[in-house]
Amino acid sequence: MGQPTSDGAAPSSATSTNPGLSVPTRRGTELLLLAFAAFLVTLANVLVEANQSGELTRELIYYGAAYLALFGAAHVAVRLLAPYADPLILPCVALLNGIGLVMIHRIDLGQADRAIQLGQDMPTDAAPRQILWTAIALGLFIAVMVLVRDHRMLAKYGYTAGLVGLVALALPGLLPASLSEANGAKIWLKLGIFSIQPGEFAKILLLVFFAAFLVAKRDLFTHAGRRVLGVDLPRARDMAPLFAAWGLSVGVLVLEKDLGTSLLFFGIVLVMLYIATERAIWLVIGLTCFAVGCVVAYHLFTHVQTRVTIWLDPFVDFYGKGNQLILALFGMGTGGVFGAGLGAGRPELVPFANSDFIISSIAEEVGFVGLAAVLMLYVLLSMRGFRSALAVRDSFGKLLGGGLAFAVGFQVFVVVGGVTKLIPLTGLTAPFLSQGGSSLVANYALVALLLRISDAARRPSTLPKPRPQQAPIAEAHTVLVERPK
Amino acid sequence: MNTPLRRVAMSVMVMVLLLLANATYVQVFKADEYRKDPRNQRVLLEEYSRQRGKILAGGQAVADIKETNDRLKFLRTYPAGEMYAPITGYFSPSYGSVGMEFAQDSVLNGSDDRLFVRRLSDLITGRDPRGGNVELTVDPKVQQAAYEGLHKKGFTGAVVAMDPKTGAILGMASTPSYDPNRLATHDSDEQAKAWKELNADGGRAMKNRALKEIYPPGSTFKLVVTAAALQNGYNKDSQLTAAPDITLPGTQTTLENYNHTNCGSGSTASLETALALSCNTAFAELAGAVGEQKLRQQAERFGIGTGEQQIPLGVEASRLGDIPDKAALYQTGLGQRDVRVTPLQNAVLAATIANGGARMQPYLVKSITSADLHELDATKPKKVEQAVPSSVASTVRDMMIKSERNTGGEGQISGVTIASKTGTAEHGTDPRNTNPHAWYVAFAPAENPKVAVAVIVEDGGDRGLGATGGKVAAPIGRAVIRAALQGGG
Repeated sequence: MGQPTSDGAAPSSATSTNPGLSVPTRRGTELLLLAFAAFLVTLANVLVEANQSGELTRELIYYGAAYLALFGAAHVAVRLLAPYADPLILPCVALLNGIGLVMIHRIDLGQADRAIQLGQDMPTDAAPRQILWTAIALGLFIAVMVLVRDHRMLAKYGYTAGLVGLVALALPGLLPASLSEANGAKIWLKLGIFSIQPGEFAKILLLVFFAAFLVAKRDLFTHAGRRVLGVDLPRARDMAPLFAAWGLSVGVLVLEKDLGTSLLFFGIVLVMLYIATERAIWLVIGLTCFAVGCVVAYHLFTHVQTRVTIWLDPFVDFYGKGNQLILALFGMGTGGVFGAGLGAGRPELVPFANSDFIISSIAEEVGFVGLAAVLMLYVLLSMRGFRSALAVRDSFGKLLGGGLAFAVGFQVFVVVGGVTKLIPLTGLTAPFLSQGGSSLVANYALVALLLRISDAARRPSTLPKPRPQQAPIAEAHTVLVERPK
Repeated sequence: MNTPLRRVAMSVMVMVLLLLANATYVQVFKADEYRKDPRNQRVLLEEYSRQRGKILAGGQAVADIKETNDRLKFLRTYPAGEMYAPITGYFSPSYGSVGMEFAQDSVLNGSDDRLFVRRLSDLITGRDPRGGNVELTVDPKVQQAAYEGLHKKGFTGAVVAMDPKTGAILGMASTPSYDPNRLATHDSDEQAKAWKELNADGGRAMKNRALKEIYPPGSTFKLVVTAAALQNGYNKDSQLTAAPDITLPGTQTTLENYNHTNCGSGSTASLETALALSCNTAFAELAGAVGEQKLRQQAERFGIGTGEQQIPLGVEASRLGDIPDKAALYQTGLGQRDVRVTPLQNAVLAATIANGGARMQPYLVKSITSADLHELDATKPKKVEQAVPSSVASTVRDMMIKSERNTGGEGQISGVTIASKTGTAEHGTDPRNTNPHAWYVAFAPAENPKVAVAVIVEDGGDRGLGATGGKVAAPIGRAVIRAALQGGG
């Protein structure tokens, strides 16, 4: 990406006159990077405008300024509430969000054109709504920062979070379809004027629960059970949470027809269990459960079979179920290495171009190069999360941070892999990019927690140890130093 | 907990690497395949943004372009609709393109190299690039006669007319046909409706029978047998059996003449009489005497068994089929058994005899021109091979003149000598109770041929089981010849 990378851990003498005591906050770096993100997003918008209408309007500058103002507010909140937070996380998120907004706007234009050309009713623009959601999401982001002054306090609410998360996850599956089903997946909660996907929030709540639960019961899990063939098997009752997670994933799959959430949820639990216990046997057991689950699901559910068939060869059902994936592949193939140019492709030909398939829209217009850049942003975001988890001092923070960072990375893998036909298509949203309020709001809450953890990781101890008083050099005693051998 | 954290972080990196590798596969290695897939609408939309060239026949546009104010900018129209549909094909926003629209796409969309200089000057003068035009060899009068001959009576069939001296195709009709305008419209609902209707019966109307359907040639194949015999010790007076029926060698099956009649009045009949009366028994034995190898050789010289070709529309391969035994050879001599030819192939057969035995490569594109009608390239007639010596060709021609005199049906043209051969081809699993295909191949004027034609009417046309080539197909063929000669071309 060519972004300046900064090593947050290394003290810099320019900003500190007393290197032993204070750690630079790096908020300046963050602001600079946010401005750079605003510049990139405005540039992208200019390209879209130029390619679509052939003229540039002054509004572009206002959009850019509004964008900068929104994230400026987030920046101020971080400066005040988590001054030592990682300086790369917010700019990464801002840039991803900005790219998403530009793409959604661009697809609005494309769909409007298409509607005119086909003589259909004009679709409602998705971009203004998404901007509104961005503002709401940033509001929640700040709220989380304010409410959660120390991430460790979340551990106290572990069971509450778990219960709420469980209800949120299960609710759409239990409600009648009229209140919860759209486009074949029962994952919605329709609340009159707008709908939310409770699963997105459940993801974070359950993460909090699992982190709290595993830290509390950590010792139990590391206790050896029987030793079979040189492998320490965990005790049966210790495996209960894993099986519970597995059962829940299957439940989501059955009741909500939501492959993506099911996969994501199970992956997160498995990884957290592994991090907490440091025992690879959990991965083996988990992956075995996963394999069994896959086979059973494949044989029991036609919608799983359909997904797999399409994944193997979407062309077998060209005008039917394979169509949307094929159209996405056509788009990406046409984009090639460098893409058609922002605003110069035809991403609107793909159904759900601005939500589930926004990755293919990006890949079509900015090519493989652009897609790789977007993936690098995600990697950067996830790695900064892991880094914070490594640096933070408490187990709960490590586990929560690691889980959150993995959740971002894994969700990207499932989404992008599905759209590019690496794995069967599931139907998750690309974090921060895809159109859709719930995903955006939930992911901003996730980022707020990550920032909180990174702040704790880098914040110097509030009571610095008194430095040993050193006598002036002239008064020092002569010390006998042993010659190194 | 740090070690597992690092490992999990590493696993995220690995996942992203997998994604990048897969994206490389999709966007680099498979990119061309996806980009060029005819079902990829992006290609089509890109093409619509340029003004597509016209397809012209005799100076009139049969595929035209109209500016619109919608996103696709240009609407493809087909002023002659169904009459030219088998040639023009369609250019549809949703369903890709076929026919000449597909075969000459690079010219029409302006990407052909021959338009290069043109594109360069467009670039310099800043004009919107425009596609080149494709001028067909088709003569509108011949095309109309061919299409209406079939269409007026509601026949299913095909007509091909060509200039025997050059191989230029003067007319090519196939019925039932379809209106390509319905697929070219920018109204996607109308497109989808038309597409559904046209595909409801397996796309019957969208098949160009003249090139893509293969039929048993029936008695028209006797021309090939005659040509082979004349080069292998026979002449027009050679005597053949006149028996009304014979038994196929090695079987109990009898083979009869039409209506179980004697071939002429004697106990034997000359080759000339046998062809004029189209006696099955005589030709079955003749084919048996000539032998498989020589018959196959001769058929290939006429183009039967030489594989598919592009004119530039794709043409199905005509073939002789396997001839496992003598019985099969006898039946092959009558153009039955496994012999299958396209209507175009039968027109080539007639044209080759008309042209003194020189087989010309059939072609549909006369020239390509730039948007301002400046000629950029023209097809030069190409002789494929000498199928028979010219002496043999003229003997066959004389025999065909006699055959025409023996053929009934309407539409004779006074003052013009036609050389022809009819065919009534049996087909299906129960040939005796299935309406036969009616064939007519001919050329005229016999002394200086200007047009060769092949007509097929499927399933007896309007005559049912009693149909013959003479009654059903010949009138259409003669009307086409009349139209061709009127034009002086």
